[in-house]
Parts: sequence; C-alpha cells; structure tokens
Amino acid sequence: MSVTGIFLILFLIVHATVNGMIFFNDNGEMFNFYAHFLSHNWLLRIIEVGLFAGLILHIIQGLMLTGQNNQKRPVKYSVNPGNATSKWYSRSMGILGSLLLIFLVIHLSHFWLETKESLYVTHKEDSLFEEMKEVFSQLWVVIVYVCGVIALCWHLIHGFQSAFQTLGINSPKYNPLIKTIGIAYSLIICFAFSMMPIAIYLGWIQ
Amino acid sequence: MEHKEINLNLRIWRQKNAQDKGQFENYKAENISTEMSFLEMFDVLNERLINEGKDPIAFDHDCREGICGMCSMHINGRAHGPWDGTTTCQLHMRAFKDGETVTVEPWRAKAFPVLKDLTVDRSALDRIQQAGGYVSVNTGNAVDGNSLPIDKTKADASFDAAMCIGCGACVAACKNSSAMLFTSAKVSQYALLPQGQPERNTRVMNMVAQMDKEGFGACTNTGACEAECPKEISISNIARLNREYLSAQFSL
Repeated sequence: MSVTGIFLILFLIVHATVNGMIFFNDNGEMFNFYAHFLSHNWLLRIIEVGLFAGLILHIIQGLMLTGQNNQKRPVKYSVNPGNATSKWYSRSMGILGSLLLIFLVIHLSHFWLETKESLYVTHKEDSLFEEMKEVFSQLWVVIVYVCGVIALCWHLIHGFQSAFQTLGINSPKYNPLIKTIGIAYSLIICFAFSMMPIAIYLGWIQ
Repeated sequence: MEHKEINLNLRIWRQKNAQDKGQFENYKAENISTEMSFLEMFDVLNERLINEGKDPIAFDHDCREGICGMCSMHINGRAHGPWDGTTTCQLHMRAFKDGETVTVEPWRAKAFPVLKDLTVDRSALDRIQQAGGYVSVNTGNAVDGNSLPIDKTKADASFDAAMCIGCGACVAACKNSSAMLFTSAKVSQYALLPQGQPERNTRVMNMVAQMDKEGFGACTNTGACEAECPKEISISNIARLNREYLSAQFSL
C-alpha cells in the first residue's frame, strides 16, 4: 500500500503540474504542448503502463486489506469511540478510496479514453484543452469533480503520513516535516485540481 | 477531592460461555462512592447479585494497581474507559456523572474469544511473546554491570516499550483488531538493547508470523492503539517493527 501509494503521490505532482498549465490562460497552448508531448513520447507510454499497474495494485491491495481487516471483529461494539481516539478519515480510507475509484472511472472515460481513441482509432489531432472546456461546461461534471477531489484530499492527508509510518520512517527529528509536507501537499494538489473545473466553468480561462 | 455518591444505569454484556450468543443486561448501581475504582463498583454490584442468588458478572482483574493488564473492559466505547493512560482499576467513579448510563463490553476481536461475560481469552498475546519475545542466555557467572555500554536514549526507549503490560487495549481499540502495538513493543524492547542483537532477525520474523497466525488484523496507522494504551506506548514502535521486519526480510 505504502510503496504504490507513494508512487501515485509522485504521479499526482506531474499530473497537477501539467494540467496547471491551463492557468497560463494562453488558450491552452502551453497545456496542449505538454499533453501532446506526454501522449506521444514512447518512454512515457511505457511509464503509463507502470502507472496503471501501480494504480491497479493499489486498488487490489486496498480492497484485500479492507476486506481482511473487516473480518477480524465478528461481533461489533455496541458503543464506538467516534473521533475520540482516531481521525475519521484515517478510519475511512476504504470508503474514500472507493469514492475515488468511482470518480476515476468517470474521469478516465472523460479524458483518457477520448485521447486514446483519437490517438489510435480515429487518428485525428484533437486539442485536449478544447475537450476540457467542453467537459467542464456541464455543472454536474464540475460538482462530481470537486467532490472527487475533496475525497482525494482526505485520502492523501492520511495516506501521505501513513505511507512513511508503514515504511518505518517515524522519528522525532522528521515527524513534523513529514506531517507538514503531507498536509501542504494534499491541500495544494487538491486546491489546484478543484480550481480547474471551477475556473473553466466560470469562464475564467478562455 | 469532593466526595459524592452517585447512581448509575449499567448496561453490561452477559454471555454464559464461549458458545453462547450473549446480550446486554441492565443493572442499577446505587450509592456508588466517587472515590471507588470502576472494579470496586463491580464488586459492590456483584455482592448484591450474589446476595440475590444471581450469577455474578465475570470480569478479569488481578493487581488492581494498573500493572497487570487483566481488566479488559470496553467502557462507553473506550478501552479501559474515558481516561487516558489508565487501566480499568485505575479509572475512578468520579469520571462519571450521577444518573449516567454506562455501557460495558468485553474486548471484541476474533483473536480474543469471550469466555464469559467480560472475560476474554488473551492467550494469543502470550503465544506471540513465546514466539520470540525473549533473549537466550546461557547460565554462568553474572556479567559485570558496566561491561555492556548502552546508549541512555536507547535504554530509555527500550524501557518505554517494555512498559507494555499485554492488556490488549491496542487490539480492542483498533478498528482492524490489530496487535501491532503489542508486538512492536515486545520487538522494540530487545531490538534497542545489545542483549537482543543475536536473535534480532529471527525474533521479528517469528513474532510477526505468530501474530498473523492468531488472526489479528493488519495495521492501517489510525493511531487508536496509541490513544488507548494505558502505558502510552508510541506508534513509533510500530514503525520500528516495520523497519526490523524489512531488514530481517533482506538479511541473508
């Protein structure tokens, strides 16, 4: 979980940076340039396979871990401590992850599938930026995306710290650093991602 | 401290034996001194039940001074009750308000089967300990006290881990019923000391294998164990266990 998680955390930095190019507000020129580069470079095609492998592994591990852990207490408590002993999002990684999985299916069908279709099937040069503008012109899509990103934010806030703990990195010297970077990372990434559909929907980006 | 007497409505788990399904039963505890411990309140209640010719409530207890780890009660959703860093015997009745309803359940975990009422079988923890929580020492003359230099900070960290009384509150508090805090404390107390080095790798491998065999869950780092541990053992020990396990995996 931790190794695949950190791998996906690193991917999100690249994803947010490239998509953040739309904020240059240059009619998507910069964004389309990098999107084109990413989808046509053969080395990155291979890395993309690795990304999907990591993602699928993370999902399978998560489902198995949650499934197995849920069987370890056949008789449940009648009274639960709530948030007195642990954070709600740390206990809800399975649910947050499932929400993310649903979001991901929608997200991939919006962008990934279309890009691949034009790349390998219809062979026409399309502008990912135009596609983004089209998709985010619908209000329900914007709401779904913002909700998905909020789930991602809570998932990351626990996941970032948790990954280090699982790998055995816990020392008084580095704990404040890991905690601060983890929260800052989650907030920055998720703010950037949620602003994309909002900014396009509100017409801030032309 | 102001002395008061309070009345409580108790909702207590009753289960005849391991096969019985069990259910909650309501009891009234009257004129309970706020200076009593939670277990003394149970003594008062049990005495009344015995006088009435009823079956007293079975619960584990031994030292009643917070060091034996027997008093496995889940009180109002919290392992060992609402106070931090305490066992049930050290929980005093001043923690409760007059007229309050208090729910008392046994530890709930697949690896801790209920034997009767509030008594659970925690021998799974003993078997983890027996799988590697020791140092093998040949008998002979005692070594000179200062022949083994030990870093003070490591000695202190080892002692902090050795504070574990094996009460099972970590398992009870964990949403996954994981025994990682217990196992990590037992591994850490030896991993930090020179006496623990010869068996360092086999110890962690065997103890983790036994832990998995007993049917405990896996750790998802929620930190509930650390919050409920009566000896306030840190989850930094779990990180150490993970390090020990990783390095033992890669050792030849």
